[in-house]
Amino acid sequence: MGRTLAEKVWEQHVVRRAEGEPDLLYIDLHLIHEVTSPQAFDGLRLAGRKVRRPDLTIATEDHNVPTVLGPISDPVSKTQVETLRKNAAEFGVRLHPMGDAGQGVVHIIGPQFGLTQPGMTIVCGDSHTSTHGAFGGIAFGIGTSEVEHVLATQTLPAYRPKTMAIEVSGELPAGVTAKDLILAIIAKIGTGGGQGYIVEYRGEAVRKLSMEGRMTVCNMSIEAGARAGMIAPDETTFAYLKGRPHAPEGEAWDQAVEYWKSLRTDDDAVFDKVVEIDAASLTPYVTWGTNPGQGLPLGESVPSPESFSDPVARSAAERALEYMGLTAGTPLRQIEVDTVFVGSCTNGRIEDLRSAAEILRGRQVKTRTLIVPGSMMVKLQAEQEGLHEVFKAAGAEWREAGCSMCLGMNPDTLQPGERSASTSNRNFEGRQGKGGRTHLVSPQVAAATAVTGRLTAPADL
Amino acid sequence: MDAFTTHTGTAVPLRRSNVDTDQIIPAVWLKQVSRTGFEKGLFAAWREDPTFVLNDPSYQGGTILVSGPDFGTGSSREHAVWALQQYGFRAVIAARFGDIFRNNSTKMGLLPVILPGDKVEALQSAVEADPKLEVTVDLVERQVRWADEVVPFEIDDYTRWRLMEGLDDIGLTLRHADDIATYENGRQPWLPTTV
Repeated sequence: MGRTLAEKVWEQHVVRRAEGEPDLLYIDLHLIHEVTSPQAFDGLRLAGRKVRRPDLTIATEDHNVPTVLGPISDPVSKTQVETLRKNAAEFGVRLHPMGDAGQGVVHIIGPQFGLTQPGMTIVCGDSHTSTHGAFGGIAFGIGTSEVEHVLATQTLPAYRPKTMAIEVSGELPAGVTAKDLILAIIAKIGTGGGQGYIVEYRGEAVRKLSMEGRMTVCNMSIEAGARAGMIAPDETTFAYLKGRPHAPEGEAWDQAVEYWKSLRTDDDAVFDKVVEIDAASLTPYVTWGTNPGQGLPLGESVPSPESFSDPVARSAAERALEYMGLTAGTPLRQIEVDTVFVGSCTNGRIEDLRSAAEILRGRQVKTRTLIVPGSMMVKLQAEQEGLHEVFKAAGAEWREAGCSMCLGMNPDTLQPGERSASTSNRNFEGRQGKGGRTHLVSPQVAAATAVTGRLTAPADL
Repeated sequence: MDAFTTHTGTAVPLRRSNVDTDQIIPAVWLKQVSRTGFEKGLFAAWREDPTFVLNDPSYQGGTILVSGPDFGTGSSREHAVWALQQYGFRAVIAARFGDIFRNNSTKMGLLPVILPGDKVEALQSAVEADPKLEVTVDLVERQVRWADEVVPFEIDDYTRWRLMEGLDDIGLTLRHADDIATYENGRQPWLPTTV
């Protein structure tokens, strides 16, 4: 019987297999940031251990960093960033600190440097590590104990998850994006639907996505409960990688491409579960609740809790409407927002900024609008293309790179009761600041919403 | 990590689903670089509500959290596990867990117990009826017991053994350092380094 893509990549990385034990899996790339690493480095020091492969490890500062120029004002954030600097220096790990041209959100810089390649295993103390699966590798988030384990051994003990195919047939209609697709998928299978699985996104609509779009989709796999999401590499992947600083060159490139082409699910392989989505039926999606599964097409209205037959879903909806300050039956298009955030590891890449700029060109924003590039390289490229002038002319704020309002660990937060349209990945209670209310949207919907002050699709303008 | 064999204590019923790790420990608490002091941040926003279950004196001293489904979804922050442990919890019972949270828990010796949804509900109701009800989470027998109820749960043999012995994964893996070195010698030559 044939094998799935996930099985092929997994098997390639098994260091040791023994009956009744998890596989010992080799890790090709370990990404580090300041939040989930300090206690792991402390653990190494206590045990007198070294980083086994600093040459397969890279660190950046992203979660705490301010997105306006200047030093970190919060002393606790400052200590955390300084701790990373000390640890990186002591253990010999390459670090891209604030102000460095290579600094940015950890999941933006890996692909940008060409460090994220097909068939690799990639981990990071961050659940959105699933982003890197867009290149056809297995990439997943880990906790601090596992960060320490990878630092010390470059391996992880793990059981291979089950495999799920999400088949997206047909083409996405004009104006419907990768973000809408993944929000629709999460709404369909739920926040627990992917638990225990590696998801492979397949089908015509997925093949037609750019690498940026594929990263957006894989990024939110964890929001459907799946630790990892992946897409088989193809010419789109190879074209994105070619010429990047850490991509193979010359003969090594040819060898690599030949191997990468074998990284696809065999025709006779069997998935443990298959979910089918019709791309042509999709429209722009937004969330109305406090988990990413509580989403609907923008054309719909806030649902009534009574419309859920499952009692757990019903009480979750009741609670969500109360927290969100929404009334059942209100058309989603009538929801007014105070802030628009474009950025994050979900939608902070150049293509996202271009699509937001296209909508804001020649228009004025009605709300506070933060445009936060995912990395300094994205920022530079956007400025070379003049996008920053478009944003500024529209009245939006053009910021420095970082995680920013996605999780509010830096000064970019919502005030209690404030409402945002956000291109990030989580609408949890308080995620963007205590008491803040978040609607997850695509960059296009975010930009259109900034113009009208209400949840809006570009086609409505 | 702390070894876990069997634990008897009182329980706290948390009648909410999708208890994400941002609720368990809000991001502002993640700025700490130490491993201690996270109990103060446990459910920090929810604890401001005087009617929240952890503020109910009848459940004070509870060591087993009994939650609705999809507990620990979201972020990979192990701080969520640390916060629960440092507050005093030894086990969390739910019908479904976020994968990363469950994994993190087993690294730290906080036992995540998966029970069928109706059994979780039954346990929550039993605890609400009698907050002093003794509940036993028995990893040796793979059972949760209260009153006349005995409910089995599944956990793989390897994880159970590690938890019962309180073993540190790194030490176990380093026994296979030779296998790791052998694997490294056979890696594909084009794979990138960060140098």
